[in-house]
Amino acid sequence: MGEARFKPGDRVTVRKAYPLGHIRTPFYIRGHSGVIERLCGTFGNPEELAQQRSGEPKQPLYRVRFMQKDVWPDYRGDPGDALEVEIFQHWLE
Amino acid sequence: MKDSGNYQPYNYFQLMEVSLRELLVEKGIVTEAQVAAAVQEMRERTPELGARVVARAWVDPAFKAGLLADGTRACEELGIEVPSLKLVVVENTASVHNMVVCTLCSCYPRMLLGIPPEWYKSRNYRSRAVREPREVLAEFGLVLDADMKIRVHDSTADMRYLVLPMRPPGTEGWDEKKLASIVTRDCMIGVAVPASC
Amino acid sequence: MGGLPAGRVEPVEHDYAEWERRVDALMVLLSGIRGGRKLMTVDELRKNIEALPPDAYDRMGYYERWVTSITQVMIQRGVITSDELGRKMAEIEKRG
Repeated sequence: MGEARFKPGDRVTVRKAYPLGHIRTPFYIRGHSGVIERLCGTFGNPEELAQQRSGEPKQPLYRVRFMQKDVWPDYRGDPGDALEVEIFQHWLE
Repeated sequence: MKDSGNYQPYNYFQLMEVSLRELLVEKGIVTEAQVAAAVQEMRERTPELGARVVARAWVDPAFKAGLLADGTRACEELGIEVPSLKLVVVENTASVHNMVVCTLCSCYPRMLLGIPPEWYKSRNYRSRAVREPREVLAEFGLVLDADMKIRVHDSTADMRYLVLPMRPPGTEGWDEKKLASIVTRDCMIGVAVPASC
Repeated sequence: MGGLPAGRVEPVEHDYAEWERRVDALMVLLSGIRGGRKLMTVDELRKNIEALPPDAYDRMGYYERWVTSITQVMIQRGVITSDELGRKMAEIEKRG
């Protein structure tokens, strides 16, 4: 736990799960696939910190780049437009 | 829970703030002086700090490279204390325009730019910036060239974002102070670009 | 909230009142920044805001949500009790 499994350029998919609690993975991105842009570092798990727990061990946090046209079925902008979201490792596969 | 009488100095939430603060002071958790100092400190954090960083990046390529690699460290090198800020700087280019939002709440590089504007925290901006950025930019009066790509950054976790706008033409030979004066808060969020006139 | 249909972005600015700035300051201090005693996390702030009723965004202002959330966390953590808060609020209201 806590070790970085992904590196920049890796293709990843955000898990589709809808648990209760404080979750920092936006609904709109769950189930979508993108590419790792960078590893931001390891940080305390906000889901646990929100419940007054320590958030340890720290988890790898990545910036993931998604293409807008893949995320929104009716996207009208440029096909090269992107959306970059920070996602914790345990939400990625 | 607003009182309808004409004598009521506080509404419910203001009353809560005063009460919470007094209790915390009584319990020795904070002092009034600390609160006052923190208020003042936040007042002093304005977009001018961010503008200084941008202006330096425009004139100093080595600083700019450092800024793009480690935003927090670069701010500290300029003498700007940014406690708790983990800054990622994203660079506008001739082909890419960057825009920042926090769809989940209102995360913002406060230590560098101060308190975010009301619209940044609004339901409308947070819902639409990720989905229809060009339409939102148009509402701000910014229309991008047809071949520009947009990159929207959603601050969902620990990082905070600053857009490094492109230095506009017509600013050759300007000193840093003059360059900083055209870098507005909205340029650093990504809903505007600096104008040289 | 991202991606939901919504209206025009009104470029509203807001000149923050002193009490709002003090709420902001309390959050900074209670997060352990600026020499404050760390008694809560921003994650708890967010969680408690998320727990507000669905119309909170329409009914409550930004710092009203913050002060409610911070106070909830202080009660949850036992830093203050509901009883203490109630009595203090009544006292201050009386004081005027």
